[in-house]
Amino acid sequence: MTSFAAIGLSISANAADLRVGLKSEPSSIDPHYHNLGPNNGFATHIFGTLVGSDENQQHYPDLAVSWKPINDTTWEFKLRKGVKWHDGSAFSADDVMFTVERAQNVPNSPSSFVTYLKGKTFKKIDSHTIHVVTAKPYPLMPNDLSTVKIISAKAGNGASTEDYNSGKATVGTGPYKFIEWVPGDRIVLERNASYHGAKAAFDKVTFKPIKAGPARISALLAGDVDFIDNVPPLDVARLKTEKNVQLSSGPSNRVIYLHMDQFRENSPHITAKDGSPIKNPLMDVRVRKAISLSINRDAIVSRVMEGIAVKAGQLLPAGFHGVSSKMKPDPYDTKMAKKLMADAGYPDGFKMTIHGPNDRYINDAKIAEALAQMLNRVGIEASVETMPKAVYFKRASRGGPNKSPEFSFMLLGWGAGSGEASSPLKALLHTYDKSKGLGAANRGRHSDAEVDKLVKQALATVDADARGALLAKATEKAVGENYGVIPMHYQVNTWAAKAGYKYLPRTDERTIVTGLSKN
Amino acid sequence: MTAFILRRSLQSIVVLFIMSLIVFVGVNLVGDPVDMLINPEADQAEIDRVIRDLGLDRPVSEQYWYFVLNAFQGDLGRSFIFGEPALKLIVQRMPATMELALVSLLMAVVFGIPLGIYAGLKPNSKFSKTIMAGSILGFSMPTFWVGIILIMFFSVHLGWLPSTGRGDVATYFGVTSSAFTLDGLSHIFLPAFNLALFKLSSVIRLARAGTREVILQDYIKFARAKGLAESRVVRIHLLKNIMIPVITIIGLEFGSLIAFSTVTETVFAWPGMGKLIIDSIYNLDRPVVVAYLMIIVVIFVMLNLIVDILYSVLDPRVRIKGVS
Repeated sequence: MTSFAAIGLSISANAADLRVGLKSEPSSIDPHYHNLGPNNGFATHIFGTLVGSDENQQHYPDLAVSWKPINDTTWEFKLRKGVKWHDGSAFSADDVMFTVERAQNVPNSPSSFVTYLKGKTFKKIDSHTIHVVTAKPYPLMPNDLSTVKIISAKAGNGASTEDYNSGKATVGTGPYKFIEWVPGDRIVLERNASYHGAKAAFDKVTFKPIKAGPARISALLAGDVDFIDNVPPLDVARLKTEKNVQLSSGPSNRVIYLHMDQFRENSPHITAKDGSPIKNPLMDVRVRKAISLSINRDAIVSRVMEGIAVKAGQLLPAGFHGVSSKMKPDPYDTKMAKKLMADAGYPDGFKMTIHGPNDRYINDAKIAEALAQMLNRVGIEASVETMPKAVYFKRASRGGPNKSPEFSFMLLGWGAGSGEASSPLKALLHTYDKSKGLGAANRGRHSDAEVDKLVKQALATVDADARGALLAKATEKAVGENYGVIPMHYQVNTWAAKAGYKYLPRTDERTIVTGLSKN
Repeated sequence: MTAFILRRSLQSIVVLFIMSLIVFVGVNLVGDPVDMLINPEADQAEIDRVIRDLGLDRPVSEQYWYFVLNAFQGDLGRSFIFGEPALKLIVQRMPATMELALVSLLMAVVFGIPLGIYAGLKPNSKFSKTIMAGSILGFSMPTFWVGIILIMFFSVHLGWLPSTGRGDVATYFGVTSSAFTLDGLSHIFLPAFNLALFKLSSVIRLARAGTREVILQDYIKFARAKGLAESRVVRIHLLKNIMIPVITIIGLEFGSLIAFSTVTETVFAWPGMGKLIIDSIYNLDRPVVVAYLMIIVVIFVMLNLIVDILYSVLDPRVRIKGVS
């Protein structure tokens, strides 16, 4: 009987049904198993969070109707009343208490939510009030709690990851209910009629993982799916000419940037032009600035990225919390760059290898090649070595002696998961401090006492405006003055739907069908 | 016969052991799975926890030792990414790959043998030359590209067949397959054809070469001289004698159809083991890669055995040692 219905479907899809072609399939339906983009995005259909995160990563009330700090170290969350789980039972503070306990203790989790929950003590005040206590003032509370999906204490009691994958424990409060997952083939969801927010637009949604870009596009063109994500830039121009396809694109929170060795007197991949060893020129801020000025960002955006990118002058595009209103992308000025190189004592330039991944960011290898040519124009003889991400990130983080970063000059990207400038500042530009988890991705080991002070101060300032100002100031110092990293561009993501549908592009790069509407 | 099968089984255990050692050391040389798994915002304590949980803090020799111990109990490790037993993940996806490989093998044989015999019987006809030119194309065009072209033509342009995924399944006689439903067949046609193309060309060329050789033999001349109908000469005297090389190739190629269906599965988003292995390699999901290669070795060993047994059935001159 079901197979009969399905045959009918594949021939003429019901108007209220949606089929989605996804590039990356989630590795589990368990919302706490794997803290990674595809999983977190997908789980949003089924599960709610205390604090919602919209397409621009702005917060809105989801399962909590309000939240505020009631003293320096305590946040109060008022929970929404009258919310029903998919199985009909009522949502209360007990579910939240159960969630925070379980989310930190999922067996075999390859990346857990401890990152967002540790150091926080949750207290149930009454059936719809929760207090969260920290040792020090903690401003990022709403950001952290916007990542943790709330599960039902009743359905989740004793449930394993397998129970979520099979659907046994998969009971949420989200706009869609879970029907089935056939790994590698499809995930099927159905409308939740009793959702507390805006009702879901589709009766049934089927997600199909289609990894290859051309295959995803042809599935859309052939009408086998209605909506796809991750349209490769190369195909955007062609799809624009298709009448039956509607594209949506928008900048993401991911900046593509350069990290430069600033901690070794002799950097392993830099020599004089004749191959003899030289003192690491990247230690000199003038050289770093010269490199930034020698990058023709407009050419990279228009030629390499086919116009599908936005040139960058800081760590997050305008509109995010904590970005500086003063900073602009550096101009393309080879004359000035050459002068700075001469001032720094390198009038003849030097020799350097640019390392980058070739399967992580959009057009990453091509960007590295274009960059090498641009650097050659100011006298830096740059060669390029790219490799698969599986190899690259290990070497870039700890491939050198004593687990130090191996490369001298790296192409990388950073997506600000929290939607705030504190995320890249803390990870990329704060002094590397393994024990405190600061500068965790600072692969150039940039270190500046003033930047550290500003970042730490911002991370302890609960007042949003004051924190924003501190973060902007830290960015101006670390990027604008120090050139601790060189931003190149913000990645732009593109989705494509069949004509008549429009997707609200998300800065967090996620594909969530509640953002798809008929126009 | 029993002794023969026993000896073969012993040999394959040695092969499996050596293979596991090479693969295990090989996958452990490349990258660090933790970089693929962990959220970039995680701190060092969380990274250390994951490394410990996955057992990556132990030396490779120790990891291998535990792998072998568990393997004897039928446990080939747990996927880093899915957290489920690697063997379960692969077995779950095996039917999809098997049916794809079988259908494309069927296509290769059903079209390949008649076309090859025709080209061998009438080597100078226009049609034969077209067949042979076509088989060169089948050999030389990259699978990925052909797959995309097939989709663009049959799905996007003509709209006849679905472009992606596996269709509905049905169960008959305990076998669940999408080849039993109309929807399933429409989904499997393009990927199976894409996968069959290379094999089809091999079968055509083998059948043609065999035909050219056999047709000159005395017993064919004699059969014709007896006044047998040409169709009977072809069916009984020719077909039987060209089958031996064809069966060898089909047997071995069936293994490679299963093992290397990765490209076709990726293009057509076919939910089989090939797609799983490609994703696992990219994401450094070591247990799945090792388990998959183990299974492929077993499949190859078994296919070789079946081919050897089939030989003796088809050709009375071949007698397996140990049979009195």
